[in-house]
Amino acid sequence: MTGPGAWRRAVVLASVAAACALPFVLSNFRLFQFTQVFIYAIALLGLNILTGFNGQISLGHGAFYGLGAYTTAIMIDKWSVAYGWTIPVAGLLCLVVGFLFGIPALRLEGLYLALATFALALAVPQILKYFEHWTGGSQGIVLSKPDAPFGLKLSSDQWLYFVTLGVLVVLFLLAANLLARRTGRAIVAIRDNPIAAQAMGINNALYKSLTFGVSAAYTGVAGALSALAIAFVAPDAFNVFLSITFLVGIVIGGLASISGAIFGALFIQFVPNWAQDISKAAPWAIYGIFLILFMYAMPRGIAGSLRLAWGRLARLRAAR
Amino acid sequence: MDIFVQQVVSGLATGGIYGSVALALVMIYQATDVVNFAQGEMAMFSTYLAWTMINAGLPYWVAFFATLAIAFVGGLVIERVVIRPVENAPVLTIVIVCIGLLVIFNSVAGWIYSYIQKPFPGPFPEKPIMIGNVFFGAHDLGALGVTLLVLLFLYLFFRYTTLGLAMRAAAQNPTSSRLCGIRVGWMLALGWGFAALVGAVAGMMVAPVVFLDPNMMAGILIYAFASATLGGFTSPGGAVLGGLIVGVIENLVGTYVRFIGTELKLTVALALILVVLVVKPSGLFGRAAVHRV
Repeated sequence: MTGPGAWRRAVVLASVAAACALPFVLSNFRLFQFTQVFIYAIALLGLNILTGFNGQISLGHGAFYGLGAYTTAIMIDKWSVAYGWTIPVAGLLCLVVGFLFGIPALRLEGLYLALATFALALAVPQILKYFEHWTGGSQGIVLSKPDAPFGLKLSSDQWLYFVTLGVLVVLFLLAANLLARRTGRAIVAIRDNPIAAQAMGINNALYKSLTFGVSAAYTGVAGALSALAIAFVAPDAFNVFLSITFLVGIVIGGLASISGAIFGALFIQFVPNWAQDISKAAPWAIYGIFLILFMYAMPRGIAGSLRLAWGRLARLRAAR
Repeated sequence: MDIFVQQVVSGLATGGIYGSVALALVMIYQATDVVNFAQGEMAMFSTYLAWTMINAGLPYWVAFFATLAIAFVGGLVIERVVIRPVENAPVLTIVIVCIGLLVIFNSVAGWIYSYIQKPFPGPFPEKPIMIGNVFFGAHDLGALGVTLLVLLFLYLFFRYTTLGLAMRAAAQNPTSSRLCGIRVGWMLALGWGFAALVGAVAGMMVAPVVFLDPNMMAGILIYAFASATLGGFTSPGGAVLGGLIVGVIENLVGTYVRFIGTELKLTVALALILVVLVVKPSGLFGRAAVHRV
């Protein structure tokens, strides 16, 4: 029983175990960074389901992230709903909105879809500022971090870390199951050859809209978690740069790969900081150069390169 | 009535600027099938170069044409050095490289020139021209004229020169073009060069209006996208006309629809893009892409 499947399971279990140990060795600030990595990973997985597996490019997932964050913030701030309930509500709302946005987006391919979603990402901060009564305008909404329940001896940062980790594991398992079966094959078939997929009896329109909805829901949940973790939402945080960052994350991590979401999240969380350490004057220039060099070295992203290396290793061993 | 005409006129003026950026986008898209997200930042950077030269005491038009030359060579070099290694990579890889270029230009401009807004001189007289009760800004008219001139130049180039024909061929069918002896790689580089040149024109025309700062093109780029979408991504003339229409719509909606005002201007662009994409995805003048299956 040492097939690739068993190996993969062992790696996953070890990573989760390591992740559970982190809160007890890291400072609160580092811990917050890792919470942020998990949140990004959920959002990236959502975008990767849409872009990597279904082939629809979105430059506007920051909008759904913002929608999720604001859903949580408004529910807590205006209606004093318990924070735990706001996360599924944010997910469901994004599912519906994403599905509806997906219907006109169905008619668009490649570049045109990228443009439509890009415009969405640009418009969101303005729309958020406009509905000042709900969203607090450009001041945003300040929340308080939830404490650990059941008298657990955890700081609120530690508790939020575990909540995020839990949501991450559940959502990753769901995605892995979804993509490994019938539905997942249909989603990939639409990407690879829409006409053949239709001929096989797949309802392209329905699957594409649904994929858009599911993808938006993942990103919305991530947004909701980010509102809790940062304890603050403001419109300018959900600008077009966030959407672009998500796209960067999935391409760097590896398209059409579930583990790629984690690598991509680590990249978008930590590399800008390193760039800042290298050059205080023009950190984004360093980031840009790094981005370009990275694409030269690993055009298929981190997960893709790992898969390639793994395949070579396996072939070497088989040849021996 | 006067207000209406005035709004239409100033809409046409800003529209001309959207049109010229849209024109640059359409150029690269036609020549290389890539939407260059760094287009706006390249234009911004060229404008800073012009500013440096004018500040060093060069006359406006000398600086203008020197900037065009630098932008052309710069675009060419960027294609050869930065884009070439990923030429055959998936579309998204190229998009990410363009995004990398975008942040580099933005950051370097901020680093060299700081993020403080700078005034940028216009080549045209300050005094507005009065016709009836309507003001025509001399700069607005001049900018529109320059945009139309660029369009005319491009049309003549692509329609009547061998090089223009070769560029169109290389974009449409690279394999056959190569067999005919066209150096396809260089044609792509030329496409980037021309697009950078058109972008530089747009940057220098817009800078006197919005002032020069590293983020000046962000808002304009989205309107340029809207214009290119409206006019059709395959039609340079359509892009300019689309720009004019978008400029007028933006101004009229901002003036007459109370709840939109200036706060939701970008949302108007979003709505416009969505409506066009749903109703007529190829735009007013574009040709629908036909794929062989």
